[in-house]
Amino acid sequence: MTAATTTLPSSPRSFSNAQIALAFVAVAVVLTILQYIGLLPAWMHRLPEAIIPNFASVLDTVFNFVKDDLGLLALTRFLTEGLEWLLDFSANIFFGKRRFPNIGPIPWTAMAAVASVIGYYLGGWRLALLGGGTMVWTALIGQWEIAMQTMSVLAIAAPLAFVIGLSLGIAAWKYAWVDKAIKPILSVLQTLPFFTYLLPAVIFFKVGPTAGAVATTIYAIPPMILMTTLGLKKVSPEVVEAGKMSGCTKAQMLRHVYIPSARTEILVGVNQVIMLSLAMVVLTAFIGMPGLGAKLLAMMGSFKLGRSFEIGITIVLLAVMLDRMSKAWVIKQPEHFERGTPLWKKHSMLLLGLGLFIGFTLLSLVVPFLAEVGRGQDFSQGKELDNLIKAFLNIEWVKATTGFLRAFLNVQVLIPFRNFMLSIPTPAFILLVAAFAFALAGRREAIYALVFFSLVALSGWWDRAIITLYSVISAVSLAALIGLPIGILASRSKKWSERVLLVCDTAQTFPSFVYLIPAIMLFGITDVAVIFSILVFAMVPLTRYTIEGLRNVPEEMTEAADMSGAKRFQKLWSVQLPIALPTMAVGFNQAIMFAFFMVIIAAFIGTQDLGQELQRTLAGTDLGKNFVLGICVSLMALTFDLTIMKWAADKKRMLGLQ
Amino acid sequence: MTADNPVISCKNVWKIFGPDPESFIKSMPEGMSFDEIRAAGYIAGVKDVSIDVHKGEMLVIMGLSGSGKSTLVRCFSRLHDITGGTITVEGQDIMSLSEKDLIELRRSKMGMVFQSFGLLPHRTVLENIAFPLEMRGQDKHTRRERALEVIKLVGLEGREDYFPRELSGGQQQRVGIARSLAIEPDIWFLDEPFSALDPLIRKEMQDEFLRLQQLLNKTIVFITHDFDEALRLADRIAIMKDGAVEQCDTPDQIVLHPATEYVRKFTEDIDKARVVHAGVLAQAQAVGEGEPQDSRATVHDMARMLVNDSREFIPVQKNGTVIGAMPRKDALDILLGDNA
Ligand SMILES: Nc1ncnc2c1ncn2[C@@H]1O[C@H](COP(=O)(O)OP(=O)(O)OP(=O)(O)O)[C@@H](O)[C@H]1O
Ligand SMILES: [Mg+2]
Repeated sequence: MTAATTTLPSSPRSFSNAQIALAFVAVAVVLTILQYIGLLPAWMHRLPEAIIPNFASVLDTVFNFVKDDLGLLALTRFLTEGLEWLLDFSANIFFGKRRFPNIGPIPWTAMAAVASVIGYYLGGWRLALLGGGTMVWTALIGQWEIAMQTMSVLAIAAPLAFVIGLSLGIAAWKYAWVDKAIKPILSVLQTLPFFTYLLPAVIFFKVGPTAGAVATTIYAIPPMILMTTLGLKKVSPEVVEAGKMSGCTKAQMLRHVYIPSARTEILVGVNQVIMLSLAMVVLTAFIGMPGLGAKLLAMMGSFKLGRSFEIGITIVLLAVMLDRMSKAWVIKQPEHFERGTPLWKKHSMLLLGLGLFIGFTLLSLVVPFLAEVGRGQDFSQGKELDNLIKAFLNIEWVKATTGFLRAFLNVQVLIPFRNFMLSIPTPAFILLVAAFAFALAGRREAIYALVFFSLVALSGWWDRAIITLYSVISAVSLAALIGLPIGILASRSKKWSERVLLVCDTAQTFPSFVYLIPAIMLFGITDVAVIFSILVFAMVPLTRYTIEGLRNVPEEMTEAADMSGAKRFQKLWSVQLPIALPTMAVGFNQAIMFAFFMVIIAAFIGTQDLGQELQRTLAGTDLGKNFVLGICVSLMALTFDLTIMKWAADKKRMLGLQ
Repeated sequence: MTADNPVISCKNVWKIFGPDPESFIKSMPEGMSFDEIRAAGYIAGVKDVSIDVHKGEMLVIMGLSGSGKSTLVRCFSRLHDITGGTITVEGQDIMSLSEKDLIELRRSKMGMVFQSFGLLPHRTVLENIAFPLEMRGQDKHTRRERALEVIKLVGLEGREDYFPRELSGGQQQRVGIARSLAIEPDIWFLDEPFSALDPLIRKEMQDEFLRLQQLLNKTIVFITHDFDEALRLADRIAIMKDGAVEQCDTPDQIVLHPATEYVRKFTEDIDKARVVHAGVLAQAQAVGEGEPQDSRATVHDMARMLVNDSREFIPVQKNGTVIGAMPRKDALDILLGDNA
């Protein structure tokens, strides 16, 4: 794929770039041919072990120095205590852990009532139904306690991420140097695999909820920073001037003028914080944090698909509920009441919520079922679903299809492709990536690509890195094969565009973990299941941006094509696609980023890539190795990110779309 | 009208927009024109302006869109830091003020109505209007009382609890006006404050500002595109073009003796008879006979008399004392539109 993309059209000034890229490709091809006919010396194929520096132990030394000698550990352990207290507090409220303030757990009926009222307040009866329904489902299916374990961490981690993100965002907006310092860190953070956050969190913040909360918080901070800065920059200058002329001090400006005026962007940031936190909190299962994720992990591990499916639904419902509610909050504008509206009416929702809460709490004292759905009282159909799923998979044609796909894809496509990628000599591979960056973006990106991939080679994890890349590339290519046609077809009509976009939007809110469920169901524990889960996950942005790109082609242009008598296909091919391409490239980029993310998660199905090694490090205290692995993934992802985004930006500028 | 110490005094003020205005202005050759500056990649928002505004005066700034009116006023209040020259407000060089002193100056002396209102979107009408009072640290009750007072004045009763987005353009503009009325500043900057109002309310507002100015001796800098408005309000009019002030004088002088061709063109369509006053036409050494005219009467006001009368010189009186006489022919020329 790398070689093929070099022939894509690129910006005009890069004519010589294309030539250099071609030269790179030629050298790479020669090297590979030499390798195939056995003339390439071994040290040219893979770096000899001897010259690979031991980054891991160097890093370990550094970590140990920072941790012990600089006293970072003492500091974080101190912070841990505060955090632990908060987590215990929310744990008591949500699921009745025996800690201060010893008042929980809140009866599920009371929670459901409050969720409905909040839903109604934010978005009418639909959201009320969604909020209440999610709670009722969770309780009746018998997952209340684990769901609340998850929520109790979320309730601490998300606000923490919000506060830190907001403060950093304000600092970055105010001081250019902070902005400069933060930008590269953010882009690394956003490509760093989640497991890389987990181990340091465990080492510095104690296993369990504290480490989970810390990792989750850190993961959710970046979008909050970006949205805050964006919002503050967009405040209208006259509003700012009005504030100044009113004699605001700097603090007053921030508090009364900037932040309230940036409300929309800040709330969008809140939405993203919540969604990322949820996705991550589920994944903290890998460091043994109890909750929905841990249960799902256990159930999938023992192949209890029925229960996995039910937990998946709970997670999805929670995700959709949180997403819709926080989005409704973004849109909700303050409304005025007519003069003389009595106080109770102004606060009717608050009163209703409180009333129902107290009512259900009291009622549950009398009717225990309303407080807690006890063992054996739930309506879980795990066993029955298991049988159903097994029966379905055993239907002759289903079995034939999945079997065929499994065999065909594995034997005919995936394994040969993987072996081919592994057979390319390291220097040739690096040259190919550099050529790709050169042709698409330019010299700077090509240098980045060279440096980044050389670092990966030096890390000593080259083969695993290539396997990771192989999974990403095959999954994204397959996703493109399915997602692009869907996007193109859907974009033809407004109605279908909206429908598909809605599906994409919703699918994007699902925590990545749940994508593993159908994959395992259909393909068992195989490579194909890994690819399948990545594929589904990566298809979402691809389809979505294809539709957005095509729908946003300016009408004059399609009309011009119509007037010159273009057929539908001609119009698509020579007018709409070229104009939509930069937007589609953004989707493609996101698909690749998602794929890098998912491939690491999917590793627990059993792969031989970086992800698997990363997961292994979680069991120990091998911080150095963990970091080296994480950085490898990040470097590869960054190469693609930088290259594709630069290409898209160039292209957009060229087309005058910005 | 003219006190000795001007409230605002600016000397050779420049405001240049662009990548690096400071070094540009240092290396800029003398007498560079607006277009040459633009060719160099900069915009001269304010170009070498020297102007004084006196206590109790209403100075109206006019000029085409983009001529730098708003920019000049923003320099007065230091919303823009000027690139060259000096501006003093009540004798203080505002560019040398510390952050704290600047805030103090704005809180105690200045008020501004913005061209596109600049309302805080998350605050109700009442809260928007009370905002400057809140920043000044007034207690909740007092500022509420005061805000309700001005809300009534601008005719927005019943909308106290609305949010800006729930109001029409004219209503929003009135909130902006009310916000600055609430503090009754000594120095008032009004950037097209009535542009979105219907004629009726517009006139009411004009009257209100005139009343305040005369009653409380406020200093007002007023931007408008509307000549009638300017003539009703102005003590002096400054006409701007490409960042520079072409002429700054009383309305009478501007129509009678335009300083540049541009000003002449700009004021061409005005009915001079409605602008020029008897006081301006009066010649001190000339002697007239018969019933004197008031110096504040416009030629238009005296039209009937001018046509029917046969005196050559008509005496003009100001506050009861005769200050001279005006040649009837001059006044007639203006009335009939011949250029004297
Ligand atoms: N912050 C800024 N940055 C760059 N250029 C500016 C800025 N503010 C104003 N300008 C430029 O300065 C010139 C004068 O603008 P200004 O807003 O003062 O015009 P104006 O006379 O108030 O026009 P209008 O009647 O349309 O309000 C314009 O060419 C404008 O583009
Ligand atoms: Mg203006």
